[in-house]
Amino acid sequence: MTSTAGTVPVVDPGDPGAPGEPDALVDVAASGRRRGRTAYLLMAPAVLWLALFFVIPFYSLIAASLYDPSGSDEDGWRMAYAFGNYVDAWQDYWQPFVRSIAYGGIATVICLVLGYVLAYAIAFKTGRWKTLVLVLVIAPFFTSFLVRTLSWQLILADDGWVVDVLRFLQLLDDDGRLLATDVAVVTGLAYNFLPFMVLPLFASLDKIDHRLIEASSDLYSNPVVGFFKVTWPLSLPGVVSGTLLTFIPAAGDYINAQLLGNTNTRVVGSVIEAQFTDANQPYVAGALSMTLMVVIVGMVLVYVRRAGTEELL
Amino acid sequence: MRWLREHLVLILGMLVLLYTFVPIAVVVLMSFNDPATRNVYRFDGFTLDNWINMCGPETEGMCESLWLSVRIGLLATVVATAIGTLAAFALVRWDFPGRSSSNLLIFLPMAAPEIVLGSSLLALFVQAGFAGQLGFWTIFIAHVMFCLSFVVVTVRARLAGMNDTLEQAAQDLYATPAQTFWRVTFPLVLPGIFGAALLSFALSFDDFIITNLNSGSETTFPMYVWGQARVGVPMQVNVVGTLMLVVALVVVVVGEANNRRRAAALTK
Amino acid sequence: MSLRVEAGVEAADGTAYDGLRLRALTKRFASFTAVRGIDLDVPRGSFFALLGPSGCGKTTTLRMVAGLDAPTSGTIELAGKDITGAKPYRRPVNTVFQNYALFPHLDIFENVAFGLRRRKVDGVDKKVAEMLALVELDAQARKKPAQLSGGQQQRVALARALINEPEVLLLDEPLGALDLKLRRSMQIELKRIQMDVGLTFVHVTHDQEEAMTMADTVAVMNGGLIEQMGSPAELYENPRSTFVANFLGQSNLIEGRVTGRSADEVTVDMHGIGVSVPVGRAHTDGQQGWVGIRPEKVLIGDAGSKLDAPGNTIPGGVVSDVSFVGVSTQYLVRMPWGQELMVFAQNTGRDKIFRHGDPVELSWRPEYAFLLDHSQDVRAGAQEDG
Repeated sequence: MTSTAGTVPVVDPGDPGAPGEPDALVDVAASGRRRGRTAYLLMAPAVLWLALFFVIPFYSLIAASLYDPSGSDEDGWRMAYAFGNYVDAWQDYWQPFVRSIAYGGIATVICLVLGYVLAYAIAFKTGRWKTLVLVLVIAPFFTSFLVRTLSWQLILADDGWVVDVLRFLQLLDDDGRLLATDVAVVTGLAYNFLPFMVLPLFASLDKIDHRLIEASSDLYSNPVVGFFKVTWPLSLPGVVSGTLLTFIPAAGDYINAQLLGNTNTRVVGSVIEAQFTDANQPYVAGALSMTLMVVIVGMVLVYVRRAGTEELL
Repeated sequence: MRWLREHLVLILGMLVLLYTFVPIAVVVLMSFNDPATRNVYRFDGFTLDNWINMCGPETEGMCESLWLSVRIGLLATVVATAIGTLAAFALVRWDFPGRSSSNLLIFLPMAAPEIVLGSSLLALFVQAGFAGQLGFWTIFIAHVMFCLSFVVVTVRARLAGMNDTLEQAAQDLYATPAQTFWRVTFPLVLPGIFGAALLSFALSFDDFIITNLNSGSETTFPMYVWGQARVGVPMQVNVVGTLMLVVALVVVVVGEANNRRRAAALTK
Repeated sequence: MSLRVEAGVEAADGTAYDGLRLRALTKRFASFTAVRGIDLDVPRGSFFALLGPSGCGKTTTLRMVAGLDAPTSGTIELAGKDITGAKPYRRPVNTVFQNYALFPHLDIFENVAFGLRRRKVDGVDKKVAEMLALVELDAQARKKPAQLSGGQQQRVALARALINEPEVLLLDEPLGALDLKLRRSMQIELKRIQMDVGLTFVHVTHDQEEAMTMADTVAVMNGGLIEQMGSPAELYENPRSTFVANFLGQSNLIEGRVTGRSADEVTVDMHGIGVSVPVGRAHTDGQQGWVGIRPEKVLIGDAGSKLDAPGNTIPGGVVSDVSFVGVSTQYLVRMPWGQELMVFAQNTGRDKIFRHGDPVELSWRPEYAFLLDHSQDVRAGAQEDG
């Protein structure tokens, strides 16, 4: 038993650091990430791709939003730091903008209600059929997004059975319609983005220890109270990521608004697309895109703070 | 009544599930429709014609667009899966300055609306002078970009759930680092990589908003459907929708059957 | 990746040692030192246990022998060859991991064959079949690890390491995940296998009973150092430190002052009572010390009675607690100086069972007592309650 006192202190650069429990073989290994340049080699292609085609385009978009509006594709565009573009774009297109956010928000709430019921049923009620049902949830969404949306056109059509039933029940006027209305747009959105809600909800519900729920039904005789005291708080991470994953694409989508709506349901996505391509006003498209991004990021941040979780995915 | 109360959640859940299949049922049904006119959305009569003459004259351009989507989907999947898997390894297995910023960079594209991704990419291509060259390669670039994050997240989850004691055990049993990787690490991560590739292909194949802005004169399948939607899509579009569903289900069922068969063989 | 300082330690007698030899082995992590320059000789073919509480450095030592951690300094020699810097896959050492680390994607047969295949050994099928027969898993060869019970997985892990006939087999808490009953039967099983195959086993554990049951030699580690090494009986009967006295079984440690040293015994004044300890069991040169005696070596009798133990007798005790545990009765006896001593009396049926409050006197034969250094913490190594 010699002491270490005479030896040269050498620190191993590849040392995994000091784990809390030095004697647990697994702990040392799990906390010990390797160091070295290899990591940069592995990261390089992905980072480069995203830098070139995600980060830099962002600057291009900001640049485009500040072009001198008097330019054109033929004469070229001049950078003029024209912040007025943002004001003009907002004044002209605030309605589609607000509509996008509203459609996205309503669709997200509907998705949350439907998705929660479905995810809860799968997590706790399907037993050994869990995997199968989960596959069934995803399966419909393997058909093309556009084909699915067109299918709603048919379902909600003026001479379709849904309209017939609603008219019969007097829930709809005799000449009332569903297609080409706000209702159709929201229905389409809520349908198309449902899996984005169900999957994260299922993931967090499935993690809940079933005994907790049993214990809660023991402590709170009312199952509804038990649900709001135990299950709901524990599923909150899933609720947060589910609502974000639904809201963000739903607010940016214009396929549903265009295929299921009418000229009065125009959303900001359509405007951006049209301004970029047909109208040749990249500064309007740029300004609207940037505004949309900033509004969504802002809403997400506030929301995540409120929900009290930083866990996004 | 008691039965109903006990199974209420399950019943409601299954109703939601049923609801998700309503439009799919319509798609499958319409693939057998024999329409009287092109614009009317009604089941007029049963026919197999749409299936037999999928690429017939009335669907001009559809099969070409389908083929383009498949090619781009495969290519983008291969590239995104490859470079995304490398990044996932670096993020889980290495500690390096810039690791958390890299994680953020990977996450951001998933948090941005497609219209923003698409329009910013178009702004770049135009400013860089590629406005005239929009087409196959610009679509490919865009698809790899938005598939990448999903690949990294999927593979990263698989890797993070993997215990690296297994790799130490392999080394202890005379496996060199290369053998350890190919015999232990890679087979264990493979299901994650496979899942990431499937997801990638599905995302690429189905994308419209980003593609539409960056495609130039090329037409992918979703763009074809979009273009036809104004004049009434041919019924063959529903055949494609049904086929996609069938292919997806076959992939899943074969995978599941494979698992079951293996499990059954093992318990003998 | 690591910088190694040559400790410059030669084999002491000049000839190559055929076992495992550690010299001045040290492992320093960023903020603490896990292993503090230990020297250790593990004879070839022995069953050697590294015993200590969690955090004592035993697993780090094992990992350095396996090559999974690089030593900060010191050397590791195996059968005369320096393997200090050798990669894990280049040293004839195999490990049974704590949670087995079986490859989940390979079946039992392929798990066991893994090492042979990597070394391109001939006759894999036959060897694996033999090995599976040895651990009684022939019927499970084509199952996946997840389909086996904990005890079966443990045997696969053992078979997977053993089949390579390593110079040294390392076992890292191999029985830790098993329930008590299975653990006891596996202890016997492991010992049998070790004797059958005749390989060197180095077994890391925090369970003193496990170490004592199985090992020929036990090294007790504490705080990165080896406290004491020897046969289980030697360690138990003649501990050299309070840590060993408390960690292996239980001990009564009573403060005392050395009053005399002769050629064969040391006399100690223990709160006014004179006792003696043989020289070979006195492990301090100081004036003060801890007199140690194992509870089952203490005899208990009515106050004033003559006890069948010619030696150290201590009067004036009062029984403060009685627990009947079947094979024995365990007493706590409060001594005049306030300390409570443990006494385990065999239930032979000959002795009376005392009750709470009975006045008693205690006695033990001097040859069972030991004397420890006063500077050591009297509670070191004591098991936590519960």
